Amino acid sequence: MSASDVEAIRKQTRVYVGVFIALAIGTILTVAVSYLHMPVALAILIALTIASFKGSLVAAFFMHLSHERKVIYWLLLLTVVFFLALMFIPSLTQWNQRYVR
Amino acid sequence: MEIPYTVEARPDTGVPNAKLGVWLFLASEVMLFGALFSSYVLLRTGAAPGTWHHGREFLSVPLATLNTLILIASSVTMVMSWASLKLNNFKQYRVYMGLTILAGLGFMVVKAFEYGHKFELGLFPKSNTFLAIYFTLTGLHGLHVLGGMIVNGYFWGPGAKLWRTQPERFANRIEVAGLYWHFVDLVWIFLFPTLYLL
Repeated sequence: MSASDVEAIRKQTRVYVGVFIALAIGTILTVAVSYLHMPVALAILIALTIASFKGSLVAAFFMHLSHERKVIYWLLLLTVVFFLALMFIPSLTQWNQRYVR
Repeated sequence: MEIPYTVEARPDTGVPNAKLGVWLFLASEVMLFGALFSSYVLLRTGAAPGTWHHGREFLSVPLATLNTLILIASSVTMVMSWASLKLNNFKQYRVYMGLTILAGLGFMVVKAFEYGHKFELGLFPKSNTFLAIYFTLTGLHGLHVLGGMIVNGYFWGPGAKLWRTQPERFANRIEVAGLYWHFVDLVWIFLFPTLYLL
């Protein structure tokens, strides 16, 4: 391994510590916001936004998705499409109950 | 028979086989947890007004916050264990991997304490729909933590022999084991607010 590779890994380890601090702050923030007793829709929006931000940090840095090969991105894109389809099923069911008799 | 593309990238995919394999597995895991999340949303939105029990009625937010911090700390130690191998520091790898396993154990102990307390109070999956989905989701997640601990334990102990003969291949194994471990952390990042706080 070349000296520049070693330096790049060392730099990455400092980033990992930074990500950990951001994740810890995000966790505390999520809990703090939940004590504000906001309307349910707003509380869900805020909690899921923070969770998505935290999840993106884990995926981008710990799982190295910030610099991955194309094949992995395509695979994940396909996964996201199917995941979103799954998430829409509850809405479709409600629509079905409301309008289709 | 020699397993192909364990170190070098396969020309058509651009990645070693193990990495693509683990990502495909994680894609199936997204669908598994996604189906249960979807069920949770469906059950909750479909419940008659005023009949849904919220997590806060039964669950301990401080304990779950502690577990969240334990799990994200374990993700850092996991990625640090891989970085240690890349820096050719096997001793440091052992320390970080050991810490990752201990953090996993800590998570499971807290979880067992939480479950035990529920059972003492007579709260079981059959008690109400919220607890049914809570035990299903956290139970499945707990099994994933356990599975990760077994894999990590193998790589901390007997599996680490590979480092002496094929260090790059071993580092790649730790990287893909890490992908799984971070995924387990990622699932918890969403389980925590949706089950305990909302």
